[in-house]
Amino acid sequence: MANNLDALLARARSIREDIVRMTTEAGSGHPSSSMSAAEVVTALYFGGFLKHDPKNPTWPDRDRFILSKGHAAPVLYAALAQAGYFPHDEIMTLRKIDSPVEGHPNMKRLPGVEASTGSLGQGLSIGVGHALAARVDGKGYHTYVMTGDGEIEEGQIWEAAASASKYQLDNLTLIVDRNHYQQTGPAEEVLNMDPIDGKFAAFGWKTQVINGNDMREVLQALERASEIKGMPTCIVSLTHKGQGMLNLLRKLGDTNFHGKPLPAQNLNEALAEIAAS
Amino acid sequence: MAGASSGLQSNRELGKATRDAFGRALEALGADHPEVVVVDGDVGNSTRTEWFGKKHSDRFFNVGIAESNLVGVAAGLASSNKTAVIASFAAFITCNAYDQLRMSVAYPGLNVKVVGSHAGISIGEDGASQMGIEDVALMCALPGFVVIVPADEESAKAATKAMLEYKGPVYLRCGRPEVPKIYSADQVSFQIGKANRLRDGRDLTIAANGIMVAMALDAAEALAAEGIEARVLDMHTVKPIDRDALLTAAKETGAVVVAEEHLAHGGLGSVVAYTLAETHPVPIRFVNLLDTFAESGAPEALLKKYGLTAEKIVEAGRSAAGAKKR
Ligand SMILES: Cc1ncc(C[n+]2csc(CCOP(=O)(O)OP(=O)(O)O)c2C)c(N)n1
Ligand SMILES: [Mg+2]
Repeated sequence: MANNLDALLARARSIREDIVRMTTEAGSGHPSSSMSAAEVVTALYFGGFLKHDPKNPTWPDRDRFILSKGHAAPVLYAALAQAGYFPHDEIMTLRKIDSPVEGHPNMKRLPGVEASTGSLGQGLSIGVGHALAARVDGKGYHTYVMTGDGEIEEGQIWEAAASASKYQLDNLTLIVDRNHYQQTGPAEEVLNMDPIDGKFAAFGWKTQVINGNDMREVLQALERASEIKGMPTCIVSLTHKGQGMLNLLRKLGDTNFHGKPLPAQNLNEALAEIAAS
Repeated sequence: MAGASSGLQSNRELGKATRDAFGRALEALGADHPEVVVVDGDVGNSTRTEWFGKKHSDRFFNVGIAESNLVGVAAGLASSNKTAVIASFAAFITCNAYDQLRMSVAYPGLNVKVVGSHAGISIGEDGASQMGIEDVALMCALPGFVVIVPADEESAKAATKAMLEYKGPVYLRCGRPEVPKIYSADQVSFQIGKANRLRDGRDLTIAANGIMVAMALDAAEALAAEGIEARVLDMHTVKPIDRDALLTAAKETGAVVVAEEHLAHGGLGSVVAYTLAETHPVPIRFVNLLDTFAESGAPEALLKKYGLTAEKIVEAGRSAAGAKKR
């Protein structure tokens, strides 16, 4: 476990490096929204939770991961590239013309992308569809969905939550990346959705609240989620937006840093901070 | 008959409502299509998907009055290799869940079949809130969607089969009332994107779909009595439009009337005008709902008040034919 943990921590650092490199090269994008989710995405793809085959991305029995907060695409691209879905250097073509590594995930163009997202609020319903399909087909795969904490203000999330509960989808796990910010400010101020776990519990979900930037807690939570029977599970993952470069963001005077790439002159500083994290 | 009427008035024999034909066809085809899964938004007894649901309960999900989620769930099912059929009132499924249709279905080009029942003003007494009159425009606007508006029972059945066999997103528009029969079971022909020529003529073409096809045939008879011979095209597929049929019609008849139970903007009329403007411009006249919501009332009274009648097609036909260059 210790070795595995070290390897996963190194992997998360490497994913964060990819995130800042590709968005700075692109000159646009959402690095801070991507970095808060690095531990969860690393644990899923490299911690043994997702049964998947990068050489056979449409394998019917694969587990699914749907990034509903599609603007955090860089964290997904870094994981997919490092897992071998496409050549790693393609991440540096992020947001450029003719590249399948688009601003938001496009399942039609990039292998491993399970849903085309970018309009917030839609991924959980798609996850419910996959989970129902597993039931119809008698398949054992698990579907994971990640939303933002601002994203759950969308009404569709709660329609989906109710339907997942109706069909007792224990093959569905939602991770809410609770990084406390959304586009224009703190999530509690824009539209307070607290208590998030209480709301999902009231909708019939099993809930856990964890420190989502602590790899050990993430691994434990995902393990527990896979053992729950008879109801869908929600992990409220308490994180920091921009985790891994928080000192730099403080220095730049913006700890939300929503939808902005790092200026090129700050790239090395960010990489150094990630390496030391 | 007391209360709400169940069928449109016509000299022709009445057949089933297109929603009923769809429901029966879906129920029957379900056995041969194990990949078909149906999702309902608590209106299965109106859209008739409940008939499939009763036979194939393991492949039928009612996710409640939540159209956005309904569309998303269908997208997930289709992404896991199901043919996902979803149905609700045309107004609700297209307007309430348009972003989901755009992002979760059209953009990835998924195999989702969207059925809008209760389209048009011929639903009658329930009034404007329940009438889908902009659905064709909305669905044609989405890249990759096929848009089908069947005229009667047999073509709705055939369209349902064609829709399930086609791979990709399809919108099928159905109506509430019983409608006049255009096709018999043995001579119905239905191919996505291929208009059916129901009557030939050299002076004018009437391109119609849905309930307006029967009226177009009636209008053609009336026009013939005046010496205007009209060709009638059943334009059951609005997208992709049958460009060849339109181009040939424009060249051979020189004038066109487009009739549909839909708003003016973005429906069949817009598509036909766009197509002919580019290929072979001829005088065109339109019979449609213009730019207004309707109201409660008996279907026949509404169709008359809002100008969807054979008489209106006759007037438009005279005008179009009269505007031809001599
Ligand atoms: C339906 C929709 N509305 C608005 C936006 C614009 N938008 C992009 S990201 C964002 C904030 C998202 O906040 P949150 O879910 O907390 O994600 P975070 O970036 O904090 O991880 C908004 C409003 C969008 N993409 N989709
Ligand atoms: Mg947030």
